[in-house]
Formats: sequence, structure tokens, C-alpha cells
Amino acid sequence: MNPVLKLILEGERLTTAQIGEVLNLSRQEVEAEYEKLKTEGVLLGWRPILNPDFIAGKEVHAVIEVKISPEREGGFDRLAQRISQFDHVESCYLMSGGYDLLVFMRADSLHHVASYVFERLSTLPGVLSTATHFMLRAYKEQGYLLGEETLTDKPSMSF
Amino acid sequence: MSRFVAKHVAGLPRSGIRDFFAIVAQMKDAISLGIGEPDFVTPWGIREATIFALEQGKTSYTDNRGLNALREEIADYVAELFDVSYDPEDEILVTVGVSEALDTALRAIINPGDKVMYHEPCYVSYSPSITLAHGIAVPIITKAEDAFAMTAEALAEAWEPGCKALLLNFPTNPTGGTVARETLQKIAAFAQEKDMIVISDEIYSELTYEGEHVSIASLPGMRERTLFLHGFSKAFAMTGFRIGYACGPKDLIDAMMRIHQYGILCAPIMSQEAALEALRHGQDDMLFMKERYQQRRDCIVERFNKMGLKCHKPKGAFYAFPSIADTGMGEVDFAKALLEQEKVAVVPGTAFGSGGKGFIRASFATSYDNILKATERMERFLETRCQGVSA
Ligand SMILES: Cc1ncc(COP(=O)(O)O)c(C=O)c1O
Repeated sequence: MNPVLKLILEGERLTTAQIGEVLNLSRQEVEAEYEKLKTEGVLLGWRPILNPDFIAGKEVHAVIEVKISPEREGGFDRLAQRISQFDHVESCYLMSGGYDLLVFMRADSLHHVASYVFERLSTLPGVLSTATHFMLRAYKEQGYLLGEETLTDKPSMSF
Repeated sequence: MSRFVAKHVAGLPRSGIRDFFAIVAQMKDAISLGIGEPDFVTPWGIREATIFALEQGKTSYTDNRGLNALREEIADYVAELFDVSYDPEDEILVTVGVSEALDTALRAIINPGDKVMYHEPCYVSYSPSITLAHGIAVPIITKAEDAFAMTAEALAEAWEPGCKALLLNFPTNPTGGTVARETLQKIAAFAQEKDMIVISDEIYSELTYEGEHVSIASLPGMRERTLFLHGFSKAFAMTGFRIGYACGPKDLIDAMMRIHQYGILCAPIMSQEAALEALRHGQDDMLFMKERYQQRRDCIVERFNKMGLKCHKPKGAFYAFPSIADTGMGEVDFAKALLEQEKVAVVPGTAFGSGGKGFIRASFATSYDNILKATERMERFLETRCQGVSA
């Protein structure tokens, strides 16, 4: 794997200069690696990972299972892409199993999600059914464990 | 000290920097590069196996030697990694860390007044452990100009009549030093010539970043006179499990076993189960951590050199050992002032023996964030404290 990519995937927030220092690259070389990752479409973008507890009350997260009927040409793609267009849709995957698409959605209220599902999603030609699940509590967010910090008794110095 | 305390115990030095440790513990935003253990918690798979063992009601004593399955797994692991085979039946003893293995090994071989050689700077327990076993500690002082490498010449020079054992630790805490096969062969030849037994503490062996790790036990004629000590604390991030082992020829392991069975009975069963899991499925996690240490090593060493603290690149373990001699400060004053002024904790080199004079130990088993912040603070410290130093 590309060393720059590998390092940023570890999740430590390092500046370009620091990454360069760690990997023994110049700043320009690191920038060039980023550019390359972007143009190759490997790196889609940057976003902070927020603690869901922090945004609780301001946002609701929903997961929607969607059954759709494949079309004669293009299968699931056209409809899936259409569903993905909505801004509130965070992620959308074609799944194996009991339904076809799994849609992750973020909105500022339950009402908002409901109106999206009723008015936009289920009315799309080709959508057969939906099942909406609301997230109640997060225990792990994109690799970060949540919940009470366990106090460590590790001594701050040892031999 | 109370008149009831035994003389050889009363005489043990009480480390002066314990007080220093207390200060660090109190400081809220201190960054500690003074920790002698991994910053990783034990990999989840190993923790999970321990929980499962408890659920299954594995809470009893085990065979004094340790679980059969564990000894078998250790035999395979040691044979593959260190190229020396031991019979799980009577040549392997599972212990409460390398700490117990070392203590038991020393007690098993030392008659009062026997001399034990070891290379310094070294892990703080060696000299006291020898004293507690009624032996006499004979240090071999390794030098900064040789990057603290132990040479056969230094060994021969330090040798004196009455030396019965030689205690080795490669990769070395605190210097990260390793030893080349040729040097090890010379050391082995010397041990044979003087009929010494070798105790080899190889606890950092998996964390060897450059070159091969060679165990002295695997060299011709050495298996019969070597006690090979190893454990799980460092490479598998299992310090709190307190689990390790000793391998050696049957009669020596039998001697250790007598002490172990009366003094300890057996290592905790849940830790033995955890160790079994580490050997069976812990390799990937171990290699993941090793890679992290290596990257962090390169980063911290470069930063030290840039700020004017001469630092060799340690080939193993997870400690950098830079010289602070050019600052004009002593290592204890340096560490104290650095802590007070910039809240960065390092261990003065003399904690590991007089050979560490003019050096500090900084652990790189910590996050990049800590390393970068700590070294930035150290750089500022150097700028304000000693204008004389420059890269
Ligand atoms: C060289 C050396 N040997 C032994 C130990 C103790 O290991 P254990 O946790 O297996 O008792 C340490 C711990 O710092 C060490 O550095």
C-alpha cells in the first residue's frame, strides 16, 4: 500500500510536514502523493469523524433497507445512483441477501427522514419496499470505540 | 532501616528517581517517554481468549511446569524463531514473566559468593537480582563510542576468577543494542573457555528491526550451558499478564522447577491461556505493533539528532538512548529540568548503571502525536537552556 495512504489510515492527525518527516519525504512529495491518490480516485476526500453523542439531538441517523426491481439494461445501477443523489444520503450500497440497497442517511429530524422515505424514496418507480431503522446509540464509530474511557493504572514511568 | 531487615536487602539501592516518578504521576499534561512498556493494549483476540477461559471456569492451578499445550506451543515457537529445540516435557518452564524466570534461574545456579557478569547499561533488575540470590554482580561496562555494543574483548577484560554465569540481554534495554552473529560466537567461545553458564534474556527479540536476531542458545555447544528466557510482555503487549518462560537443558530446568514449585506453584492459568492464544493467533497483531515501533523509532531518532542530541539508531526494543553530554547538564538534572520546564518525562541513563552517564532513555512506544509534541518541547527546552548546543 502507498505509505502516505497507510499512514493517514492509521488515524493520527499529522500535518503534511510531519508526514513527510515520518516517511522521509519532502513536503512537495507528500502533496504530490495526495494529488495522485485524488486523481486516481483512491482518496475521495477528507472529513472529521465526530462523536455521535456530540451531534445527538441535532441529527438523526437512519439506515434504510430498500428492495428495488432491476431494470432490463443497467440492472440496479441507475436506480441506485438516483437514490444516492440525495444530499441526506451518506452512503448507499448494493447488498446480497434479503434486500437490495442499504442506504445510510443523516437528517436533522425524524420527520425529515420520514418525509424523504415516503415522498422521495418509496415513490420512485422501481422501489418495491423500504424498511427504515433509526440508530439509537453508537458504540464504535469508524474504528473509534466510544463509551466510558477506561482508567488505566499504567504507571507514567517504568523501567 | 529496621534491624529485622536482612543485610543484603537493606543494602539494595533505593532508586533515587522513584521520587521523580511520583512527580510525573501527579502532572496532568505531562508527556511521558519514560514508560518501559508498549502503549498498545493487549490485542483483543488475546484478551477475548482470556475472558473465554474464565467463562469456561479455568481458574485452577496448573501443572507446576505450565499447561502442556502451552509448553508444546512454546517448543514449536522457539524452534522456529530461535533455531533451538527444547523438549516440552522437561526442558521448558512457564513462569510469572521473565522477571520470575530470571530470579529463579539465578537462585538455581548461584552459590553464595559466585560471580555473575552482565553488560551495563542494562535493565534495572539485573544487579539487585544477583545480589538477592547471594551472588556478586560483575558489570561489563559497554561504551558509548561502540554504540554500547558488548564486545568479546570487553567481556574478557571484565572477567575475573569466580565468574560462574554471564547474563545477556539482546536487544538491550535501555540502548536498543543488538549483537552480530560473529560477536556472539566469540562471546560463546569465551563462555565455554571459562566454563560459564549463560542466562539469555531475549524478551525484546521479536522487536529486532535490522539484521537477524540470533540466540546464543542456538550456537554450537551452547544449548547445554544456556538458560533461554523469554516472555510475552513486550512483543505481544502483555505486561500485565505476567507471563514468560525459561528453556534449558533438563537438569537446569529441573533445578529451577524446584524453586518455582515451592515459591510460585504455577503461573496464573488465565495468563497461560492468553499466552497460548498469543502464540497461536497473535502473530499478525505482533507484527502490526512492531511496524509501528519501527516507524516511530526513525522519527524520534531523526528529531533527536536534528536538535543536537546525538542518538544512534537502536536496532531493537523500543527505546532511544540519546546523549545529552553536549548540553553541559548531567542526565539527572537534565531530566528534572525538562520535566519541570516542559513537562516531558525521560529516564536518566544512570538509572541503568553508571555507563548511562550523559544519556537519557526515551521510549518510542507511544503515538506520533506524543513523539512530535514531546520532541518539539525538548527542542524548545534546549534552545532556552543551552544555547551552546547546535545541530
Ligand atoms: C530486559 C528486560 N527483561 C525483563 C523484563 C521484565 O519482563 P516481564 O514482564 O516478562 O517480567 C523487562 C521489562 O522491562 C526488561 O526490559
